Amino acid sequence: MAAVQTRSERALNLVAIAAVLVITLLFLAPIYWITSTAFKPRNLATTIPPTVIFEPEISPFVKLFTKRSQLRAAPEPEDYAAAPWWERLVFEGGEKVVRSGRGEVQLSGYPNRFMNSLIVAITSTVLAVGMGTFTAYGFSRFKMKGEADLLFFILSTRMLPPVVVAIPMFLMYRAVGLNDTHWGLIILYTAFNLSFSVWLMKGFIDEIPKEYEEAALVDGYTRLEAFFKIVLPEAATGIAATAVFCFITAWNEYAFALIMTNRRAQTAPPFIPSQVGSGLPDWTVIAAGTFLFLLPVAIFTFLLRNHLLRGMSFGAIRK
Amino acid sequence: MTQIELRGIEKHFGAVQVIKNLNLAIVDNEFIVLLGQSGCGKTTTLRAIAGLETIDEGDILIDGQPVQHIKASHRDIAFVFQSFSLYPHMTVFENIAFPLRATRGNRADIEREVQAVAKTLQITHLLARRPSALSGGDMQRVAIGRALVRRPRAMLMDEPIGALDAKLREEMRAEIKRLHIKQGSTTIYVTHDQVEAMSLADRIVVMHEGVLQQVGSPHEVYARPANMFVAQFVGSPVMNMAEVTVSEDAGHARVLVRGAPAAFDFPSSLTAKLAAAGAENGNLTLGVRPEGVLVSREAREGFVPVEAHIIEPLGSHDIIDLQVGAQMLRARTKSGFVPRPGTAVWARINPAQAHFFDSSTGISFGTRL
Repeated sequence: MAAVQTRSERALNLVAIAAVLVITLLFLAPIYWITSTAFKPRNLATTIPPTVIFEPEISPFVKLFTKRSQLRAAPEPEDYAAAPWWERLVFEGGEKVVRSGRGEVQLSGYPNRFMNSLIVAITSTVLAVGMGTFTAYGFSRFKMKGEADLLFFILSTRMLPPVVVAIPMFLMYRAVGLNDTHWGLIILYTAFNLSFSVWLMKGFIDEIPKEYEEAALVDGYTRLEAFFKIVLPEAATGIAATAVFCFITAWNEYAFALIMTNRRAQTAPPFIPSQVGSGLPDWTVIAAGTFLFLLPVAIFTFLLRNHLLRGMSFGAIRK
Repeated sequence: MTQIELRGIEKHFGAVQVIKNLNLAIVDNEFIVLLGQSGCGKTTTLRAIAGLETIDEGDILIDGQPVQHIKASHRDIAFVFQSFSLYPHMTVFENIAFPLRATRGNRADIEREVQAVAKTLQITHLLARRPSALSGGDMQRVAIGRALVRRPRAMLMDEPIGALDAKLREEMRAEIKRLHIKQGSTTIYVTHDQVEAMSLADRIVVMHEGVLQQVGSPHEVYARPANMFVAQFVGSPVMNMAEVTVSEDAGHARVLVRGAPAAFDFPSSLTAKLAAAGAENGNLTLGVRPEGVLVSREAREGFVPVEAHIIEPLGSHDIIDLQVGAQMLRARTKSGFVPRPGTAVWARINPAQAHFFDSSTGISFGTRL
């Protein structure tokens, strides 16, 4: 709408735009800080005032992925000459890459933790969204006794904060051998996300007119076929939104992961801060780990953006 | 060849009984319209036939076979929804092909069938579009195409044109009729619009509060309403109703509207016929459609003086409210026949168009002159 603006309205608009810009910059500042630190040489990471212009390098990432030890003296020239480019970056930082007896590069704990995070977050998201969609469909389409109570009960499982239930959960998990396992975390995160997924999906499925399914039923399809061919495509927006939220929750979860896992199934969130404490902290490496940790959620959300932004129903049902 | 029979159907929603002992036999190729106000049970009846709703009592028979335990997907019946229910994530082609794909016919056959239906409905140019890009009328055509494509045993339509605007509704009405004549399949059509019912139906089924009121051809339902509900529901403007007393005087029957200064003149045979039907004064309601009220500008034999109150000029004709005693009678006249409200005119009732009802039960005495 191209309404005619008075001078004061225009001024007000400019103020509003300026405010939005300031808030946006404020929110982006930490992300810029982490990203820039991840590409800084180590000696520039902690300068006061902060260094803004520098030559970016990727040595923090090389260090992030390798096990290193401190060099007492400068490296032997022939060692340096024989080293591949990425190993030279480590030498230049006064460290060397730890190799096994057979000369294989030893990886740091990070890639493993990162994979654990991916496995746990993706599996629990798929399970929570899948089960949640079926459950929500049942709640949305069929009348049952105590429906409201059941829905409230489902939501109530989310009311206790993780810290409160973590210790009893840990004891139970230890008793059944689920602590420090992928499945242990997957079950926990699925259970934690399921209530949320059911509630969110119920809202989305309620919005899909049941005439769509009825049309499919009289057109010769079973209810299950109608669910897969009609309800699921129509619920794509809701599924995408729910999946993004579940993924973010599972990906960022810290408390359970800290208590339930220590090595085998440890995810990135408890691992990254644990590196701060070992020796003199190399902030560039921590920033690199954090930067990589931010990427999956950003990519996942970016890939689903069309589904997230699209309106729900686009006018094929007339009321 | 499809016959549908309903036997003693009963349906409750909680404590509310929405269908009461419904019996109906529909013959092959018939176009049946279920007519009634919203909440009268007509849509529930239709959904029960389709298998989208269960029934509590009775039998639904399709070609003599009870179907109430057969799932909707196996009844081979097509349903057109008021909301059209086109799948938004599919193109028009995919929408129409959807029922065929349920039976997993081969691709070339499906393509051919869809093209044929699209041609009949003149929507070939829309096949690649999404439903959201269609006008209301085209959405309706696609919905009908989806119903027609697999040549179902019967077509059920639930207010299929109720969501369209008036002009389009008229066009689509004609199109549905043309299509039925051409394709000839047993069709049950639900509407609350009596004009739609009259123009489309082979037989109209009038329902009220879950009870079947009358089944008959549009002419029968219009000319011989079984009760006061049908009489007032079918026809526009509605039939005039007035409590009357009938007396005999000098070889004429006199029908006096309560509070009126003079009685309307009827043939003397009326009193005998009413007596034979068991009608009694004090419990007698006269019904007459506006075209049965004759208006004269000057006093004439058998005409009663009345006053014209309101004149509704409708172009082709006028509808005039006449004050008769405490009652208003609406009459239909040539346009401009009565120049202005307040004019004194004379009216009489065409005996051939008079209906007599029992005031307490509403049932017609069936007395005709």
